[in-house]
Amino acid sequence: MMMILGIPAPLLFGQLLLGVVNGAFYALMSLGLAIIFGMLNIVNFAHGALFMLGAFTAWGLLNYAGIGYWWALLLAPLIVGAFGVLLERLFISKLYKLDHLYGLLLTFGLALILEGLVRNYYGSSGLPYRIPSQLQGAQNLGFMIMPNYRGWVVLAAIVMCVITWLVIEKTSIGAKLRAATENAPLVQSFGINVPLMITLTYGAGVALAAFAGVLAAPIYSVNPNMGANFIIVVFAVVVIGGMGSILGSIVTGFGLGIVEGLTRVFYPEGSATVIFVVMVIVLLARPAGLFGRAH
Amino acid sequence: MADAMLKVTNLESWYGESHILHGVDFEVREGEVVTLLGRNGAGKTTTMKSIMGLVGRRAGSIRFKGEEIVGLRPDLVARRGIALCPEERGIFASLDVTENLMLPPRIAEGGLDIERIYTLFPNLKERANSPGTKLSGGEQQMLAIARILRTGARLLLLDEPTEGLAPVIVQQIGRTIREIKALGFTVLLVEQNFRFAATVADRHYVMEHGKVIDMIPNAELERSMDKLHEYLGV
Ligand SMILES: Nc1ncnc2c1ncn2[C@@H]1O[C@H](COP(=O)(O)OP(=O)(O)OP(=O)(O)O)[C@@H](O)[C@H]1O
Ligand SMILES: [Mg+2]
Repeated sequence: MMMILGIPAPLLFGQLLLGVVNGAFYALMSLGLAIIFGMLNIVNFAHGALFMLGAFTAWGLLNYAGIGYWWALLLAPLIVGAFGVLLERLFISKLYKLDHLYGLLLTFGLALILEGLVRNYYGSSGLPYRIPSQLQGAQNLGFMIMPNYRGWVVLAAIVMCVITWLVIEKTSIGAKLRAATENAPLVQSFGINVPLMITLTYGAGVALAAFAGVLAAPIYSVNPNMGANFIIVVFAVVVIGGMGSILGSIVTGFGLGIVEGLTRVFYPEGSATVIFVVMVIVLLARPAGLFGRAH
Repeated sequence: MADAMLKVTNLESWYGESHILHGVDFEVREGEVVTLLGRNGAGKTTTMKSIMGLVGRRAGSIRFKGEEIVGLRPDLVARRGIALCPEERGIFASLDVTENLMLPPRIAEGGLDIERIYTLFPNLKERANSPGTKLSGGEQQMLAIARILRTGARLLLLDEPTEGLAPVIVQQIGRTIREIKALGFTVLLVEQNFRFAATVADRHYVMEHGKVIDMIPNAELERSMDKLHEYLGV
């Protein structure tokens, strides 16, 4: 068997793949958080719950309406995104004139309510969601075995991150978004409906979380806590990447997934904490984060 | 006499609890260049922002083309055909020069096309792909003016466009203002420098402590110098 640094290659690459898969979720989630933070100036603590709702919506579409994975990948983000629009209009928009802390508390409360409701109806043991038939099986790459679905998750996340990045950096809608992030009143005084932009931005960020939720449904069991378990790490990723930085979220998300995977190989005891250790070091050395602009 | 394009009557404004404008009255007729003069803190910028809908609480009346706009949101004011070039210029750092220029949507016919704007401001064409805030102060000011010429807004609010700029650039901005006046735009201009204002404006309003206290036609500016020195404390 091939060995690398005294580690069997399949183990090393297996953990590396697991790291990249986790990194794909970190990237998608922190990307949504970054977009929302840039525009609304709130830290969306409901993001994990909305990720979970994405997975549950996929499950519900299949079990109540017979709608399978591929359509769910499109529909669940739209449905959960529309729900996010409602949340923004009904609750979050009332808080823009107050301190950021209130937005954080509100979205934290929303997360608890959403998770509680889902737990009430579906229990917390987790519901199964099958990998779509086209993506079952695995490829033998020689140095490792790669399950098809994990490869797909990484590919889908990369494509979605690139599309989001292109929209923000290269289109006129993206230019409006960037400008409004810098100076919303001025952008509004040019005749652009900024309140509407804010609402749609929240919806889009939420839709990204739901998209990640659908991707996650066949890997993790679909359960009310799947977002909560995960969101704390995602917040660490956001802090490390730099609050609100688009590119920072993507690069840091994947990067930290890989760091976590490698730690699992070389020092398994540290794998649960390594991201937080990195966070502390980055905060001490660069308080604005790796890609953040100091304010 | 035709109705004024912009008629501000008894305008009051507040930032939070602070009462800043205490009943401002003035009017701007179509095709005119009118200045607001006054010392620092007189309320000139607040007046501009109030017209644009950018000040939280307003009372009184602002009529534009005969319609009341005092309670409107900024984007709706803009859609009526008013555009602001703010005192701090408001060039976006994360947008390049072209993106900055193209950011405000066209709200009506009658704006300048991009070729025309590049003829007026050749520097902007050369720097099209630079980040907006990498321009010099003068170039940023030109970009801030150019940006609102495209939109089709016919009333332009320019807040101290010459502040802190070298004399040649001030002259260039003066030429630009005369040129846009010739094109039929209407301009409300805030200025500290009344010698510059005299080269472009038809009439001058003087503000003090949140009120308009005098109006001087440009033709009478020379004769009113003593008065003006006293108003402006120069
Ligand atoms: N955002 C704000 N919050 C509270 N008070 C403000 C705010 N902006 C301005 N003011 C106050 O309102 C008054 C008028 O300010 P304004 O900016 O309108 O003056 P100005 O005539 O434009 O002065 P300058 O010539 O220095 O630009 C000042 O006393 C100022 O301190
Ligand atoms: Mg001012």
